[in-house]
Amino acid sequence: MDIPLTHRWITNVASAVAEQADYLTQLDSAIGDADHGVNMNRGFTAVVAALDGYEATSVGDVLVRTGTTLVSKVGGASGPLYGTAFRAMGKALDAGSTVDSRQLAAALRAGLEGLQKLGAAVPGDKTIVDAYAPALDAFEKDVDGGGTLASATAAAAGAAEEGMRATTAMQARKGRASYLGPRSVGHQDPGATSTWLIFRSLAEATAATGAA
Amino acid sequence: MKKFINAPADVVREALAGVAAAHPDLRVDATNQIVVRADAPVAGKVGLVSGGGSGHEPLHGGFVGEGMLDAAAPGEVFTSPVPDQILAATKAVDGGAGVVHIVKNYTGDVMNFQMAAELAGDEGLRVDTVLVDDDVAVENSTWTAGRRGTGATLIVEKVAGAAAAEGQPLDAVVAVGRRVNESSASFAVALTACTTPAAGRPGFDLPDDEIEVGVGIHGEPGRSRQKLVSAREIVRIAIDAIQSAKPLGGGDRTIVIVNGLGGTPLLELYLVFGEVAAALKESGVEIERSLVGNYVTSLDMAGMSVTVCRADDEILRLWDAPVRTPALRWGR
Repeated sequence: MDIPLTHRWITNVASAVAEQADYLTQLDSAIGDADHGVNMNRGFTAVVAALDGYEATSVGDVLVRTGTTLVSKVGGASGPLYGTAFRAMGKALDAGSTVDSRQLAAALRAGLEGLQKLGAAVPGDKTIVDAYAPALDAFEKDVDGGGTLASATAAAAGAAEEGMRATTAMQARKGRASYLGPRSVGHQDPGATSTWLIFRSLAEATAATGAA
Repeated sequence: MKKFINAPADVVREALAGVAAAHPDLRVDATNQIVVRADAPVAGKVGLVSGGGSGHEPLHGGFVGEGMLDAAAPGEVFTSPVPDQILAATKAVDGGAGVVHIVKNYTGDVMNFQMAAELAGDEGLRVDTVLVDDDVAVENSTWTAGRRGTGATLIVEKVAGAAAAEGQPLDAVVAVGRRVNESSASFAVALTACTTPAAGRPGFDLPDDEIEVGVGIHGEPGRSRQKLVSAREIVRIAIDAIQSAKPLGGGDRTIVIVNGLGGTPLLELYLVFGEVAAALKESGVEIERSLVGNYVTSLDMAGMSVTVCRADDEILRLWDAPVRTPALRWGR
């Protein structure tokens, strides 16, 4: 993965979030406060502006700048959580202008760790983690099995989608949805859904470049 | 839903322009989206910063002024402010004696204030935090994000603000703020859902003949949904919940707030206060000070919250101290 591909990933996330903003907000209105799409869209629109014309020195630089912008623009819980995840990913990488699948796996792992340190969520809490953790596991497994960047990101996107769907049956234990108790069951988690969009965008950006 | 807005995305910014126009003794920093006392920083005084999503007015911007907050950082509607705003507010009010962050226990607020406090620490500022979690509707703290910060936030801000105004040091201001929080319990009931400007429609469906019991200040539920009953019965539910979480008995002295959530007339709030007073009297609880009105709102939600704070001489003295803010002013 190089700097242009990293840019494309983030730009794809911005497009996906803009397209799905109403859907994310609709999911959030069922168990939250009906603003996840609005907030994510505001954040990634700002990220695209922050990266526009920015001469990044490394893949990690792009990711740190993405995270810092999210922290500054989103607010709520999703701003610090996604911001911290992207910043942690970026900081886990060296100053290189390309990273291989193993380095990316380690960066994604650092992102999840940063997210969990801040949010204290574990799998099953009906949060971002329920899409992120299985996506990361699938990514690592594919890389360990000799997969390419394209196959690993595709596997991650598929696992994120499955993880996202599995949140419907869960009872929320973190964030504002937790106050619903058993009434949160039966609704897909908006955060897990935006996480799926992030992994899907990574797979799409990778597939488009034919990167190995 | 009809609203006085120009464009949903501009509501907070444009409302802040109105705050600036209405209150020359406040400084509205439009770039950082913060409201600051015009004379901040006050040299040698502990600075008080609070903030949270917009939509709860007058909380927090309406409580900025002499004797209460030094600055408020309002986020988008129902969305906590970002660390940059909180950091800017913290720096604007640091008079050299440290800064207290008063934070309502909501996941987003806690994270953004925590990040801002770390950034402020990196810049050499002394910051400590008072977390407000008075909402006893949340029973199961293990499996939720914990009790929410609601009506007692006003009392924490007033009392800690008075302590800071009389020159108490950071540790003492924090300690009295925490003591107020620990001594307070709140419980809210909604008659209707509220409508955010961005959504344009009510945040949840609540049938005409049902109420949401133990609601949070964004309409997030707490305990149950049930058929509408009389004001007396609703107050009984609230007082029972408060009594079982933080029991009060004969001779206990209290500050009591009956707070409107934005869409309930004062006529009904006073009726509710009468019921609260009667219910507390049954247990021998003394109401030393009271407030009735819209202070910690949830946009246009019809509903109310009851907050009871057990108050000692020190808390009452600080409560009575002069305050000069847009929404709360007395003394001098």
